[in-house]
Amino acid sequence: MTNRNSGNKILTPDVNMGERIKTFMFDNKVMLVFVVICYLGYIASGSRPDTILNEVFTRISRNSFTVLSLLIPVLAGMGLNFGIVIGAIAAQIAVFAVVYWGLVGLPGMLLAVVIATPMSILFGWLVGVLFNKTKGAEMITGLILGYFADGLYQLFFLILVGGVIPATNPRFIIDGGVGVKNVIDLTGSLKYSIDRVRIIDLALGLLVAVAVLTVIRLYMHLVKRRKFTLKDLLLMVVVGILYGITYIPAIERHLYADRINLIVALPLVLAYFALKNAHLIYKNRDGNDPTYSRSRSITIIIVAVAAYILTYIPSVEALIMSVDLPVLPYVLIVGLMTFNKGLLNTRLGHNMRTVGQSNAVAAASGINVDRTRVIAVILSTVLACWGQLIYLQNLGTFSTYGAHMQVGQFAVAALLVGGASVSKATNSQAIIGVTLFHLLFIIAPQAGNNLFGDAQVGEYFRVFVSYGVIALSLAMHAWQRKKPKGSMMASLSQNGPVLTETEKK
Amino acid sequence: MTKLKKALDVIGVPRLIIGLFFVVLVVTALSVGLNPASLFSDILRRWMMYGILVLAMVPGVQSGIGMNFGISLGIVSGLLGAVVSMEFTYTQGWFFYLGAGAAWLTLLIALIIGVALAAFVGTAYGLLLNRVKGSEMTVSTYVGFSAIAMMNIVWILLRFQNGQLRWPIGSGLRNTASLSESFGGLLSSPEVYLEPRVIAIPEGLNEAGNVTVQQPKVLGFLAIDVGDSGFVLPLGLILVFALCCLIVWLFLRSKKGIAMSAAGENELFAISNGINVDKMRILGTAVSTVLGAVGIIMYAQTYGFLQLYNAPLMMGFAAVASILIGGASIERAGISNVIIGTLLFQGILTVALPVVNEVIDVTALPEIIRIILTNGIILYALSKARGGRR
Repeated sequence: MTNRNSGNKILTPDVNMGERIKTFMFDNKVMLVFVVICYLGYIASGSRPDTILNEVFTRISRNSFTVLSLLIPVLAGMGLNFGIVIGAIAAQIAVFAVVYWGLVGLPGMLLAVVIATPMSILFGWLVGVLFNKTKGAEMITGLILGYFADGLYQLFFLILVGGVIPATNPRFIIDGGVGVKNVIDLTGSLKYSIDRVRIIDLALGLLVAVAVLTVIRLYMHLVKRRKFTLKDLLLMVVVGILYGITYIPAIERHLYADRINLIVALPLVLAYFALKNAHLIYKNRDGNDPTYSRSRSITIIIVAVAAYILTYIPSVEALIMSVDLPVLPYVLIVGLMTFNKGLLNTRLGHNMRTVGQSNAVAAASGINVDRTRVIAVILSTVLACWGQLIYLQNLGTFSTYGAHMQVGQFAVAALLVGGASVSKATNSQAIIGVTLFHLLFIIAPQAGNNLFGDAQVGEYFRVFVSYGVIALSLAMHAWQRKKPKGSMMASLSQNGPVLTETEKK
Repeated sequence: MTKLKKALDVIGVPRLIIGLFFVVLVVTALSVGLNPASLFSDILRRWMMYGILVLAMVPGVQSGIGMNFGISLGIVSGLLGAVVSMEFTYTQGWFFYLGAGAAWLTLLIALIIGVALAAFVGTAYGLLLNRVKGSEMTVSTYVGFSAIAMMNIVWILLRFQNGQLRWPIGSGLRNTASLSESFGGLLSSPEVYLEPRVIAIPEGLNEAGNVTVQQPKVLGFLAIDVGDSGFVLPLGLILVFALCCLIVWLFLRSKKGIAMSAAGENELFAISNGINVDKMRILGTAVSTVLGAVGIIMYAQTYGFLQLYNAPLMMGFAAVASILIGGASIERAGISNVIIGTLLFQGILTVALPVVNEVIDVTALPEIIRIILTNGIILYALSKARGGRR
């Protein structure tokens, strides 16, 4: 039974602080090394903090969804899903189709979702079946599959489109008439189509969604006799009231924006953490959950309050106010994080976790192991597909032949930097990882320029780091896993068979 | 009927398909009107060129570490050896003092440095792989990638003086360094023995700043243009490849080699026979890395260019695909797999380009075919490997 912590210590409240800090540092050594490298790089680059902060938050909004899509296969025991490249490919085919047909804005993006999702479900199913054939080697299979799919993708886009499939628009097709151009500009069509969704439209969307949900629940109650609880009705009423509030002119004006300033968002996030932990303290006031650490909750609350107080310092405040966050991408990211967490509470989530821990035990419990694994891969592929859509619409340029290839590698590296491993990955590790990884990406070229006189060195360094982090994490994970067996082998070969107590006499 | 089925099982369906595909391509090429002499000459050349790199897979597979995607470590060792050797030759002005022999000396020193580095790196790499039993292939892929990425930084920071290696303006090494003024083509190109070469030397050694060098015609047998038809027999290259195959064959038959194969086949059985499995794995990895270094030098020599930076990134995959199509599996590989596999794989790629150019007018198709073929073969082999986590 794998522990919640990747080290071998169960953190009970009475383990002393020094021991706890040591374990924390050991478990998260990759992340800590990265923090140090980032800090040194930041100093070396001499960039301005507000530029960096803005860039970091943009990249978080762009890349987090894809990184979060990696969590489900880790849960199901398939390691790091390098096959998310396939999901990205589905997204790109859809984007190309939509752009070619001339659709723009949010409707265009929604059409892209409608086209890409069934494709990615199909692709995900194929990948899942292949993974089932290569149990134990899913990661290398995913890696090679990515390259293979890239070959097929190039075949499609470079040869078939324009050649066999009729397409003649010179804006997108290479001059020879066959093959798609290298770079497609999304400005004016799909660029920022998700970023620019206004809060007020989101509020309307939320109202509609909850209304539909309530109607469904009502129907279930009347026809199928499922309970229609007071909570459901309350939810509908609350959302209705919130929507009514948005009609107040003073508030309405603010909601026409599509961005929230960080100075508004940050206190909300801090408040969420503080309240959640306060609730946890209240829930465990009798001390009935041994794995719950009250001091951890108290620490989090203190940190949240301290951070909030810090935002009142003028220089910090100015820094934070310079960052505007696009609303819908972050809502989607939070949504996916909630989904990941919520999945764990469903039967499917339990099944996946059991499969992840041991195929044999899962099979013995009556779980269809193969089917669960395929579902996990399909989910991951579809989410990666949507993540690529978010990525492309923010980036604004569609590098036809290159956009999907780095997705797998960078997403995996980012997740590993956040402290995840092949057998355990959480939401917070994904977000922390994306932040650190992309922070390095931003400062490396300038740092390289200042240190070595050549920005190229910085770029090579960040590629080296992204590969190196994966190699290091994979090696460390395999090292920790294999240790007990290795020592048994060693004892067998060097000292001859080990005598048991009774024979030693 | 059963005899046919048995033959099919031995050859293997994928090999049969690829073999037939190859034959079809060759027939198409000849019927389209391509020059058979140059076609077969190209096939032979590429076959021998990649041969040693594919051969490097054998010790790795036999010792139980699966497909050595980390052959990149051996490749960069070889590249580093070649680059250092070329720089040394240039700064010491050996072409001025020693004439034609300097080219051979450069090649020899490149091999020595490359092999020494590769042995050291390979041993360290073997130690790492011993710690990650069960995940060797994934780890080796990324260690290989990291090594190449790290060497990118090294290449761009090195300040060499050899004009063939460095950028004319600015610092750092070129992406592709021409070997025409060094050991390029010594074992495979007839022109080297027919015409003299002009080689740059450091200023101050003579007024012209260069020296003309002609390889002795006596050594002309190393690369023969058979009957002036255009069909080149790179005897030197073939001899080196045959020699390496022979060495590996003898090694696999030696006591150490058999112990190594046993360690890879069945770990517990080997231990019970007193074989130190960990040591055997390190041996296999080190030999594989050394062969990788030799292989890349031979490759560069034949190609005429030294490719630095990201070019070696995918060479490991091509080598793996070659040996797999030759009939090897992730657990067992032999020299016949190397020879047949390299021929099939490189043959298809060589013939595909001219054929496609004649039939369809898309230049990128062979590259795409290469990607699909390489990775498709590896995927097929992965899905066939039974049980064992690799």
